[in-house]
Amino acid sequence: MPRYGYFFDYAATTPLDSRVFSAMLPYFKKEFGNPSNLYKLGRQASYAVAEGTKTIAKIIGCRPDEFVYTGSATEADNLAILGTARANKNKGSKIITSQIEHKGILAVCEVLGKEGFDIVKLPVRKNGLVDLDELKKELDDETILVSITYADSETGTVQPISEISKIIKNFRGEAGFPYFHTDASQAAGYLDIDVNKLGADMMTLSAHKLYGPKGIGGLYVRRGIKIEPIIYGGGQQGSLRSGTENVPGIVGFAKALELNEKNKNQNFKKIKKLRDILEKGIFKSIPKVVLNGHKDLRMPNFLNISILDVEGEALLLYLDELGIMVSTGSACNSLSLEPSYILSALGNSYEYIHGSLRFTLGHKNTKADVKYVLKHLPLVVKRLRDISPLNISLSKKEKISEPKAFIGGQMPHFLRKNKNGKKTK
Amino acid sequence: MAKKQNKKPDIINKYTGSSWAYTKQVREHFFKPKNLLLEDPRKAKYDAEGIVGSPACGDVMRIWLKIDGKKDKIKELKWRTFGCASAIASTSMLSVMVTERGGMKIDKALQIKPQDIIKRLGSLPDRKIHCSVLGDKALRAALNDWFKKTKQFSRIIVEGTQVLDPNTKTTEADIEEAVLEGATTLHAVQKRTKVGIGYPECLPKVEELIRFYREKYFGPDIK
Repeated sequence: MPRYGYFFDYAATTPLDSRVFSAMLPYFKKEFGNPSNLYKLGRQASYAVAEGTKTIAKIIGCRPDEFVYTGSATEADNLAILGTARANKNKGSKIITSQIEHKGILAVCEVLGKEGFDIVKLPVRKNGLVDLDELKKELDDETILVSITYADSETGTVQPISEISKIIKNFRGEAGFPYFHTDASQAAGYLDIDVNKLGADMMTLSAHKLYGPKGIGGLYVRRGIKIEPIIYGGGQQGSLRSGTENVPGIVGFAKALELNEKNKNQNFKKIKKLRDILEKGIFKSIPKVVLNGHKDLRMPNFLNISILDVEGEALLLYLDELGIMVSTGSACNSLSLEPSYILSALGNSYEYIHGSLRFTLGHKNTKADVKYVLKHLPLVVKRLRDISPLNISLSKKEKISEPKAFIGGQMPHFLRKNKNGKKTK
Repeated sequence: MAKKQNKKPDIINKYTGSSWAYTKQVREHFFKPKNLLLEDPRKAKYDAEGIVGSPACGDVMRIWLKIDGKKDKIKELKWRTFGCASAIASTSMLSVMVTERGGMKIDKALQIKPQDIIKRLGSLPDRKIHCSVLGDKALRAALNDWFKKTKQFSRIIVEGTQVLDPNTKTTEADIEEAVLEGATTLHAVQKRTKVGIGYPECLPKVEELIRFYREKYFGPDIK
């Protein structure tokens, strides 16, 4: 087995790059200073942070004082939404986002909804793209913030961020509102994250999706954006995010982003080629498989499919037994027993989502890994299909797409007959 | 690799880090299910058949029985299941429980509760319990089929049909369905079913049922 197992869950997290690890190492023990201290040890830590910020700022095309470190991408999302909404509530009360955002956006919007803000979640088309006509319709004088993900975390569908920012800029004219935020945590690995090209006012990044350490993320905040902190204290990072800076984390974040930027185009091509082999192989060897998300406008390392008649968690555990690590949107795999809201937003029926499987590839994956999956996945699917009493038809899915649970010894709803003797929907 | 994992519960909830452990018995029945019927049987090969669940909610179980009418015993239980590890393992365990030691008396089989299956499996994660609940329901559905075929109408089990509110004809099953679909408070259930709005006498019972089903499907309430 390869060193990292057959790991196909790079959208969840990535292993730390050893060069990143080496860069971080001195800052745990030898260079343990607090950047706020004036003596040499503190100054050295402060210098390391400043250098890291310079590196990141250069890559995303901003000034160093426009980037703030957070404990995670979730915190960065929270800061972007809460911080600007609360600071500008006299300007308006409407926030536009989409149905396929990370929970770091949606959960905080829910909180703001309770505080009296008007939250609009834009629908997405079947292909995973946010409906921009709806965005144009929803933009009004009350709108203070629009937040649309760069690429969602389940299907990896890439949203046209620069087009969206143009729509927003055309609308706002001189008024300055709404602001535009995008979460680029998933996209940063392979796509352009120059904030000027994207036209974003705020952008979320995460280190551990880029072979950097966990526990560090960041938010680009364009100069002039009115934003309040969500964490208060000693006034670090221009008072926007108090708390002693995570020095090794920042050093690692900067190094990871730097390395990621170096061979971005090559990596894009390489990973896409590998992903396409996997994708073609699966569609060739397994019947009744459906692709989730956009066919072309998709992260080069994402493959999200629904395998009908089998349940995702069972599939995941059989694959785990073979050392293959993937992720599923099945309800059985979630804490709330709710199937993936992102796949639901794409208009998939529940029985499709239960059989969904997400492969996300990364640097360590090889052709041999993909071959291994292509050898074993069809067998596992066959085994579970043999166990399953279902035989969902690809063409007649409307018959069973009602998201209704079956209860109490009655006839399952999809077999029930109505008064006319016809099967109910 | 498999051997190493057998020692400890190997599935840890990625959100809470706990209470998501599958036991050795669950593993065994999940990876090596007993009494599977992989091909649809010829007609009349089995004495009775039952199906419960829905692909939309993620679990479907279908079972076939061979019954010794004279001894009133279940001789064979074959099955197929669509669902997660607990669903597959619990149906497999049920099939063993019903057929071991020469088969189970029908009256005894009718008494099987989800808890009995879970006990034999060691345990199940709290929120997975609804899966095995379907196992015993599938069995009762199949036994009802047997009772109908053999004209033992008095033995047919009617589940979840107690009418709570005569105005709206809301039954226990309606409450269960509402809770399962996410209505976990009285207010939310009333929004869906209108239960008790014209007949408040039933509300204490309704609230009790909501709590029962909420805990059954979503785990104990967090204090």
